[in-house]
Amino acid sequence: MIEEVPFMDKKEIKAIIEALLFMWGDPLNLKDISSILEMDEKEVRSIIDEMIDEFNYERRGIKIIQIEDSYQMSTRSEHFEWIKKLYNPKSNKTLSSAALETLSIVAYNQPITKNEIEMIRGVRCDKALDTLLEKEIIEERGRLERTGRPIIYGTTKEFLKCFGLTSLEDLPSLEEFEVDIEEE
Amino acid sequence: MDYKIVLETFEGPLDLLLHLIEKAKVDIYDIPISDITDQYMEYLNNMKELDLEIASDFLVMASTLLEIKSKMLLPAKNIENEDRQLEMEEIDPRIELVRRLVEYKKYKKVAEELKIQEINQNKVFYKPKEEFTYTKEDIELQNLNVDELVKVLNTVLSKKNKKSKPINIDEIQREEITLEECINRIKNELNEKGKILFSGLFDENSSRSEIIGTFLSILELTKSKYIKLRQEKNFSDIVIIKI
Repeated sequence: MIEEVPFMDKKEIKAIIEALLFMWGDPLNLKDISSILEMDEKEVRSIIDEMIDEFNYERRGIKIIQIEDSYQMSTRSEHFEWIKKLYNPKSNKTLSSAALETLSIVAYNQPITKNEIEMIRGVRCDKALDTLLEKEIIEERGRLERTGRPIIYGTTKEFLKCFGLTSLEDLPSLEEFEVDIEEE
Repeated sequence: MDYKIVLETFEGPLDLLLHLIEKAKVDIYDIPISDITDQYMEYLNNMKELDLEIASDFLVMASTLLEIKSKMLLPAKNIENEDRQLEMEEIDPRIELVRRLVEYKKYKKVAEELKIQEINQNKVFYKPKEEFTYTKEDIELQNLNVDELVKVLNTVLSKKNKKSKPINIDEIQREEITLEECINRIKNELNEKGKILFSGLFDENSSRSEIIGTFLSILELTKSKYIKLRQEKNFSDIVIIKI
């Protein structure tokens, strides 16, 4: 049946991917894109990587972001000042310091129990954990098979999206912060 | 007129300690424990004066500090073997606290970094997903011909004719089927087959009251634990299983 598939040049493939991402809005999985195009995932990945570079190089108003194995279109933060003139979001709610501290501990030590987080922070974290769970930035990953069967937590895709990360490997390395301390 | 005093707030005892250490410009690995403890207690006293509730975590740290301070006051044992340096480190009562402070500081810095990224990311917009209406099922259209289409049309039309009896709204009509009848019908069918589909209980020309009656019977049978219901996902067919 291969003969029936019309030959597509790379430009056309890119245009189709662009249309798919635009129409879908949400993060679209590489697997889905590949199966729509009836192409190898590796090949599609390299084409999308190229598109990401092109969008950046041509300084387009839209960029393609990658979250793990999914792709999504977004505006650029540097255009916020202009976008604001058209639509100003009421308030940009950011996370509290307590929530951010808790989140950083979870991000680097997942899966982790509440008790372990509290050991590092030296304070109770119930409220911070609730906020993070509610915003779906972290999730429950089950329970540890030990006394008390404590719940363990880990970060979600939403976490990556909220902080502009492609994957957990994108997090700054902890050692960077350790060196800082010794220098002081 | 009431007035407000701004007291710096801290995320916890470790945060407060770090602040005090930074303010005193001392080495985190060589904390003047006596001074820092005094300052720490002073802060807690200030909180008390302002009628602020002191979290128990702050009190736990206060007792830890006092414990370390008292240990530091004890004369160090004379150690005369070669591992002296090493043992001194083990003996230093501050070591555990320092380890926790260093660890906590690391994450505090990460949190600051994440905050910047979060603020930046809040300036980014996404397009909402298009609203799609999905068709229920993919209808196989390839192997159809006109003859079959006409056949289907005829059956649909004949069904339609049968069903279209006018509803009399002037007088209340008797229920066509009673709940008992319906329940018995389902029981019979279940005894025969053991497992049936909800949609299998009636066909296209079942009237609305028949469908409602069937549904109510199922609810009744579930309540009396005669049957079990399974549904794979929203709006999919309900499977009725005899218990």
